[in-house]
Amino acid sequence: MPGESGGTRVAMCHHGAVSAPSPVEVEPDTEKDLVPDEVALVATPWVTIVWNDPVNLMSYVTYVFQTHFGYAKKKAEKLMMEVHEDGRSVVSTGSREEMERDVQAMHEYGLWATLQKAD
Amino acid sequence: MGDAPEGGLSRLSGFARHRRSKRIIANFTGFEADLLRSLASQLVELLRNEAAVPRDDQDPFEAMMDFSGPTAEPEDPVLARLFPTAYPNDDEAASEFRRFTEGGLRDGKAAAAVTIIDTLEEAGLPDQLSEDGLMIDVELDEPTAVSWMRSFTDLRLALATRLEIEDGDEDYWASLPDEDPRSQAHDIYEWVGYLQETIVGALSR
Repeated sequence: MPGESGGTRVAMCHHGAVSAPSPVEVEPDTEKDLVPDEVALVATPWVTIVWNDPVNLMSYVTYVFQTHFGYAKKKAEKLMMEVHEDGRSVVSTGSREEMERDVQAMHEYGLWATLQKAD
Repeated sequence: MGDAPEGGLSRLSGFARHRRSKRIIANFTGFEADLLRSLASQLVELLRNEAAVPRDDQDPFEAMMDFSGPTAEPEDPVLARLFPTAYPNDDEAASEFRRFTEGGLRDGKAAAAVTIIDTLEEAGLPDQLSEDGLMIDVELDEPTAVSWMRSFTDLRLALATRLEIEDGDEDYWASLPDEDPRSQAHDIYEWVGYLQETIVGALSR
Protein backbone atom coordinates (compact mmCIF):
# COMPACT_ATOMS: atom_id res chain seq x y z
CA MET A 1 0.00 0.00 0.00
CA PRO A 2 1.43 3.35 -0.96
CA GLY A 3 1.38 6.46 1.11
CA GLU A 4 0.33 7.43 4.54
CA SER A 5 -1.94 4.61 5.59
CA GLY A 6 0.25 1.56 5.06
CA GLY A 7 0.70 0.86 8.74
CA THR A 8 -2.95 0.19 9.49
CA ARG A 9 -3.71 -1.73 6.33
CA VAL A 10 -3.29 -5.01 8.13
CA ALA A 11 -6.47 -4.27 10.07
CA MET A 12 -8.38 -5.21 6.90
CA CYS A 13 -7.02 -8.72 7.00
CA HIS A 14 -9.65 -11.24 8.03
CA HIS A 15 -7.85 -14.27 6.77
CA GLY A 16 -4.73 -14.56 8.84
CA ALA A 17 -2.34 -13.48 6.11
CA VAL A 18 1.26 -14.27 6.75
CA SER A 19 3.19 -11.10 7.40
CA ALA A 20 6.74 -10.70 8.51
CA PRO A 21 7.36 -8.66 11.64
CA SER A 22 8.13 -5.07 10.74
CA PRO A 23 11.80 -4.24 10.90
CA VAL A 24 12.51 -1.65 13.53
CA GLU A 25 13.99 1.18 11.53
CA VAL A 26 12.87 4.16 13.52
CA GLU A 27 13.29 5.37 17.05
CA PRO A 28 10.18 4.90 19.18
CA ASP A 29 9.58 8.65 19.41
CA THR A 30 9.71 9.07 15.66
CA GLU A 31 7.45 6.10 15.20
CA LYS A 32 4.95 7.62 17.55
CA ASP A 33 4.89 10.72 15.37
CA LEU A 34 3.77 8.56 12.48
CA VAL A 35 0.72 6.96 14.10
CA PRO A 36 -1.49 6.45 11.05
CA ASP A 37 -4.62 7.94 12.60
CA GLU A 38 -2.82 11.20 13.17
CA VAL A 39 -1.42 11.16 9.67
CA ALA A 40 -4.92 10.59 8.33
CA LEU A 41 -6.15 13.67 10.16
CA VAL A 42 -3.76 15.99 8.40
CA ALA A 43 -3.89 14.23 5.03
CA THR A 44 -6.40 14.84 2.29
CA PRO A 45 -9.68 13.15 3.20
CA TRP A 46 -10.97 10.24 1.15
CA VAL A 47 -14.44 9.75 -0.25
CA THR A 48 -16.69 6.77 -0.98
CA ILE A 49 -18.49 7.05 -4.31
CA VAL A 50 -21.55 4.99 -5.23
CA TRP A 51 -22.16 4.63 -8.98
CA ASN A 52 -25.43 4.17 -10.77
CA ASP A 53 -26.31 0.76 -12.17
CA PRO A 54 -29.39 -0.38 -14.09
CA VAL A 55 -30.31 -3.03 -11.54
CA ASN A 56 -30.51 -1.83 -7.95
CA LEU A 57 -33.89 -0.50 -6.90
CA MET A 58 -34.31 3.06 -5.65
CA SER A 59 -36.03 1.82 -2.49
CA TYR A 60 -33.18 -0.59 -1.80
CA VAL A 61 -30.42 1.97 -2.33
CA THR A 62 -32.23 4.35 0.04
CA TYR A 63 -32.58 1.54 2.59
CA VAL A 64 -28.84 0.77 2.38
CA PHE A 65 -27.84 4.43 2.88
CA GLN A 66 -30.15 4.69 5.90
CA THR A 67 -29.06 1.40 7.42
CA HIS A 68 -25.31 1.46 6.86
CA PHE A 69 -24.59 5.18 7.29
CA GLY A 70 -27.43 5.93 9.70
CA TYR A 71 -28.62 8.77 7.47
CA ALA A 72 -32.12 10.17 7.89
CA LYS A 73 -34.52 9.08 5.16
CA LYS A 74 -34.45 12.53 3.54
CA LYS A 75 -30.64 12.55 3.22
CA ALA A 76 -30.58 8.93 2.05
CA GLU A 77 -33.15 9.73 -0.64
CA LYS A 78 -31.22 12.81 -1.77
CA LEU A 79 -28.02 10.78 -2.19
CA MET A 80 -29.94 8.01 -3.95
CA MET A 81 -31.38 10.55 -6.41
CA GLU A 82 -27.88 11.91 -7.07
CA VAL A 83 -26.70 8.42 -7.94
CA HIS A 84 -29.76 7.90 -10.13
CA GLU A 85 -29.64 11.24 -11.97
CA ASP A 86 -25.95 12.20 -11.98
CA GLY A 87 -24.59 8.66 -12.27
CA ARG A 88 -22.64 8.90 -9.01
CA SER A 89 -22.68 10.42 -5.56
CA VAL A 90 -20.19 10.93 -2.75
CA VAL A 91 -21.89 9.09 0.10
CA SER A 92 -19.25 9.38 2.83
CA THR A 93 -16.01 11.19 3.65
CA GLY A 94 -13.25 10.27 6.09
CA SER A 95 -9.94 8.50 6.47
CA ARG A 96 -8.80 5.97 3.91
CA GLU A 97 -9.45 3.11 6.32
CA GLU A 98 -12.98 4.30 7.03
CA MET A 99 -13.70 4.62 3.33
CA GLU A 100 -12.37 1.12 2.68
CA ARG A 101 -14.78 -0.20 5.28
CA ASP A 102 -17.65 1.71 3.66
CA VAL A 103 -16.76 0.44 0.19
CA GLN A 104 -16.56 -3.11 1.50
CA ALA A 105 -19.98 -2.71 3.12
CA MET A 106 -21.45 -1.32 -0.12
CA HIS A 107 -20.08 -4.35 -1.99
CA GLU A 108 -21.69 -6.59 0.63
CA TYR A 109 -24.99 -4.90 -0.26
CA GLY A 110 -24.31 -5.27 -4.00
CA LEU A 111 -23.84 -1.57 -4.70
CA TRP A 112 -21.08 -0.48 -7.05
CA ALA A 113 -18.75 1.64 -4.89
CA THR A 114 -15.21 2.97 -5.20
CA LEU A 115 -12.96 5.17 -3.08
CA GLN A 116 -10.54 7.95 -3.92
CA LYS A 117 -8.95 11.04 -2.47
CA ALA A 118 -11.34 13.96 -2.15
CA ASP A 119 -10.96 16.49 -4.98
CA MET B 1 -31.28 2.36 -11.30
CA GLY B 2 -33.89 -0.30 -11.88
CA ASP B 3 -37.57 0.57 -11.92
CA ALA B 4 -39.81 -0.90 -9.27
CA PRO B 5 -41.15 -4.01 -10.97
CA GLU B 6 -44.78 -5.02 -10.82
CA GLY B 7 -44.06 -8.73 -10.78
CA GLY B 8 -44.14 -11.02 -13.79
CA LEU B 9 -45.44 -14.37 -12.59
CA SER B 10 -48.99 -15.17 -11.65
CA ARG B 11 -50.73 -14.64 -8.29
CA LEU B 12 -48.05 -12.57 -6.65
CA SER B 13 -48.23 -11.60 -3.06
CA GLY B 14 -44.61 -10.79 -2.24
CA PHE B 15 -43.45 -10.11 1.29
CA ALA B 16 -45.38 -8.42 4.08
CA ARG B 17 -44.78 -7.86 7.76
CA HIS B 18 -47.13 -9.81 9.97
CA ARG B 19 -48.83 -7.31 12.24
CA ARG B 20 -48.69 -9.28 15.46
CA SER B 21 -45.64 -11.54 15.18
CA LYS B 22 -43.61 -8.81 13.36
CA ARG B 23 -42.21 -11.56 11.19
CA ILE B 24 -41.76 -11.05 7.49
CA ILE B 25 -43.92 -13.51 5.64
CA ALA B 26 -44.48 -14.72 2.08
CA ASN B 27 -46.25 -17.60 0.37
CA PHE B 28 -44.72 -19.28 -2.63
CA THR B 29 -46.07 -21.94 -4.94
CA GLY B 30 -43.92 -25.05 -5.09
CA PHE B 31 -42.80 -23.91 -8.54
CA GLU B 32 -41.74 -20.47 -7.28
CA ALA B 33 -39.92 -21.90 -4.25
CA ASP B 34 -38.14 -24.44 -6.46
CA LEU B 35 -37.13 -21.66 -8.87
CA LEU B 36 -35.74 -19.53 -6.03
CA ARG B 37 -33.80 -22.50 -4.70
CA SER B 38 -32.39 -23.19 -8.13
CA LEU B 39 -31.26 -19.57 -8.60
CA ALA B 40 -29.72 -19.46 -5.11
CA SER B 41 -27.92 -22.79 -5.71
CA GLN B 42 -26.45 -21.52 -8.96
CA LEU B 43 -25.17 -18.44 -7.20
CA VAL B 44 -23.54 -20.54 -4.46
CA GLU B 45 -21.88 -22.70 -7.10
CA LEU B 46 -20.58 -19.69 -9.01
CA LEU B 47 -19.24 -18.07 -5.83
CA ARG B 48 -17.43 -21.23 -4.78
CA ASN B 49 -16.27 -22.51 -8.12
CA GLU B 50 -14.09 -19.94 -9.78
CA ALA B 51 -10.87 -20.41 -7.89
CA ALA B 52 -9.62 -17.46 -5.94
CA VAL B 53 -6.19 -17.51 -7.53
CA PRO B 54 -3.37 -15.04 -7.08
CA ARG B 55 -2.40 -13.16 -10.21
CA ASP B 56 0.29 -14.84 -12.29
CA ASP B 57 2.52 -11.85 -12.98
CA GLN B 58 4.26 -11.80 -9.63
CA ASP B 59 7.52 -13.23 -8.47
CA PRO B 60 7.21 -17.06 -8.24
CA PHE B 61 8.26 -17.18 -4.59
CA GLU B 62 5.98 -14.31 -3.69
CA ALA B 63 3.13 -16.04 -5.53
CA MET B 64 3.72 -19.25 -3.61
CA MET B 65 3.61 -17.44 -0.28
CA ASP B 66 0.54 -15.46 -1.31
CA PHE B 67 -2.47 -17.56 -0.47
CA SER B 68 -4.44 -14.97 1.42
CA GLY B 69 -6.87 -13.95 -1.30
CA PRO B 70 -7.37 -13.07 -4.94
CA THR B 71 -5.77 -9.92 -6.32
CA ALA B 72 -7.08 -9.80 -9.89
CA GLU B 73 -10.60 -8.97 -11.04
CA PRO B 74 -12.65 -12.16 -11.59
CA GLU B 75 -12.96 -13.27 -15.22
CA ASP B 76 -16.64 -14.07 -15.00
CA PRO B 77 -18.62 -10.86 -15.63
CA VAL B 78 -21.11 -11.72 -12.87
CA LEU B 79 -18.32 -12.07 -10.32
CA ALA B 80 -16.66 -8.91 -11.64
CA ARG B 81 -19.92 -7.07 -10.93
CA LEU B 82 -20.37 -8.65 -7.49
CA PHE B 83 -16.77 -7.75 -6.56
CA PRO B 84 -16.08 -4.44 -8.28
CA THR B 85 -12.66 -2.82 -8.37
CA ALA B 86 -12.50 -0.44 -5.41
CA TYR B 87 -9.67 1.75 -6.72
CA PRO B 88 -10.32 2.34 -10.44
CA ASN B 89 -7.12 4.38 -10.91
CA ASP B 90 -4.70 2.49 -8.69
CA ASP B 91 -4.05 -1.13 -9.66
CA GLU B 92 -1.82 -1.89 -6.71
CA ALA B 93 -4.26 -0.57 -4.12
CA ALA B 94 -7.12 -2.32 -5.97
CA SER B 95 -5.27 -5.67 -5.76
CA GLU B 96 -4.57 -5.21 -2.06
CA PHE B 97 -8.19 -4.27 -1.33
CA ARG B 98 -9.39 -7.30 -3.26
CA ARG B 99 -6.98 -9.59 -1.44
CA PHE B 100 -8.31 -8.48 1.93
CA THR B 101 -12.02 -8.31 1.08
CA GLU B 102 -13.03 -10.66 -1.72
CA GLY B 103 -12.82 -13.91 0.25
CA GLY B 104 -15.06 -12.58 3.00
CA LEU B 105 -17.48 -11.06 0.49
CA ARG B 106 -17.73 -14.37 -1.37
CA ASP B 107 -18.41 -16.25 1.87
CA GLY B 108 -21.04 -13.73 2.98
CA LYS B 109 -22.89 -13.82 -0.34
CA ALA B 110 -22.77 -17.62 -0.48
CA ALA B 111 -24.05 -17.84 3.12
CA ALA B 112 -26.98 -15.52 2.31
CA ALA B 113 -27.94 -17.65 -0.71
CA VAL B 114 -27.70 -20.79 1.45
CA THR B 115 -30.06 -19.11 3.94
CA ILE B 116 -32.69 -18.88 1.19
CA ILE B 117 -32.25 -22.56 0.31
CA ASP B 118 -32.35 -23.70 3.95
CA THR B 119 -35.41 -21.61 4.81
CA LEU B 120 -37.36 -22.96 1.83
CA GLU B 121 -36.45 -26.55 2.65
CA GLU B 122 -37.28 -26.12 6.32
CA ALA B 123 -40.64 -24.72 5.20
CA GLY B 124 -41.33 -27.98 3.37
CA LEU B 125 -39.81 -27.70 -0.10
CA PRO B 126 -38.88 -31.29 -1.07
CA ASP B 127 -35.68 -32.23 -2.91
CA GLN B 128 -37.71 -33.03 -6.01
CA LEU B 129 -40.86 -31.11 -6.74
CA SER B 130 -43.59 -33.62 -7.57
CA GLU B 131 -46.79 -32.67 -5.80
CA ASP B 132 -49.15 -30.21 -7.54
CA GLY B 133 -50.64 -27.45 -5.45
CA LEU B 134 -47.81 -27.41 -2.91
CA MET B 135 -47.53 -24.07 -1.11
CA ILE B 136 -44.45 -22.96 0.80
CA ASP B 137 -45.08 -20.40 3.53
CA VAL B 138 -42.00 -18.69 4.89
CA GLU B 139 -41.80 -16.62 8.08
CA LEU B 140 -38.54 -14.72 8.44
CA ASP B 141 -37.16 -12.97 11.47
CA GLU B 142 -35.49 -9.67 10.67
CA PRO B 143 -31.86 -10.85 10.27
CA THR B 144 -33.00 -13.69 8.00
CA ALA B 145 -35.10 -11.27 5.95
CA VAL B 146 -32.03 -9.03 5.57
CA SER B 147 -30.06 -12.05 4.28
CA TRP B 148 -32.81 -12.79 1.76
CA MET B 149 -32.90 -9.13 0.69
CA ARG B 150 -29.13 -9.01 0.16
CA SER B 151 -29.19 -12.26 -1.76
CA PHE B 152 -32.04 -11.02 -3.98
CA THR B 153 -29.67 -8.19 -4.94
CA ASP B 154 -26.93 -10.65 -5.86
CA LEU B 155 -29.36 -12.82 -7.84
CA ARG B 156 -30.67 -9.80 -9.73
CA LEU B 157 -27.14 -8.57 -10.46
CA ALA B 158 -26.25 -12.04 -11.75
CA LEU B 159 -29.34 -12.31 -13.96
CA ALA B 160 -28.96 -8.72 -15.20
CA THR B 161 -25.31 -9.29 -16.12
CA ARG B 162 -26.17 -12.44 -18.08
CA LEU B 163 -29.13 -10.69 -19.77
CA GLU B 164 -27.08 -7.50 -20.35
CA ILE B 165 -29.79 -5.33 -18.79
CA GLU B 166 -29.33 -1.60 -19.42
CA ASP B 167 -31.08 1.55 -18.25
CA GLY B 168 -34.13 2.33 -20.38
CA ASP B 169 -34.30 -1.01 -22.21
CA GLU B 170 -37.87 -1.86 -21.09
CA ASP B 171 -39.26 -1.53 -24.65
CA TYR B 172 -36.74 -4.03 -25.94
CA TRP B 173 -37.73 -6.64 -23.35
CA ALA B 174 -41.43 -5.99 -23.91
CA SER B 175 -40.95 -6.48 -27.67
CA LEU B 176 -39.54 -10.01 -27.37
CA PRO B 177 -41.96 -12.85 -28.16
CA ASP B 178 -43.08 -14.79 -25.08
CA GLU B 179 -41.40 -17.98 -26.25
CA ASP B 180 -37.98 -16.31 -26.45
CA PRO B 181 -35.88 -17.79 -23.62
CA ARG B 182 -34.45 -14.33 -22.89
CA SER B 183 -37.99 -13.06 -22.37
CA GLN B 184 -38.62 -15.84 -19.87
CA ALA B 185 -35.35 -15.13 -18.07
CA HIS B 186 -36.29 -11.45 -17.99
CA ASP B 187 -39.66 -12.34 -16.40
CA ILE B 188 -37.77 -14.16 -13.64
CA TYR B 189 -35.48 -11.16 -13.19
CA GLU B 190 -38.54 -8.92 -12.82
CA TRP B 191 -40.12 -11.34 -10.39
CA VAL B 192 -37.05 -11.39 -8.11
CA GLY B 193 -37.13 -7.58 -8.33
CA TYR B 194 -40.73 -7.62 -7.19
CA LEU B 195 -39.83 -9.87 -4.26
CA GLN B 196 -37.01 -7.51 -3.37
CA GLU B 197 -39.20 -4.41 -3.59
CA THR B 198 -41.70 -5.96 -1.20
CA ILE B 199 -39.08 -7.25 1.26
CA VAL B 200 -37.45 -3.79 1.38
CA GLY B 201 -40.91 -2.36 2.04
CA ALA B 202 -41.54 -4.86 4.84
CA LEU B 203 -38.14 -4.16 6.42
CA SER B 204 -38.47 -0.38 6.16
CA ARG B 205 -41.57 -0.26 8.33
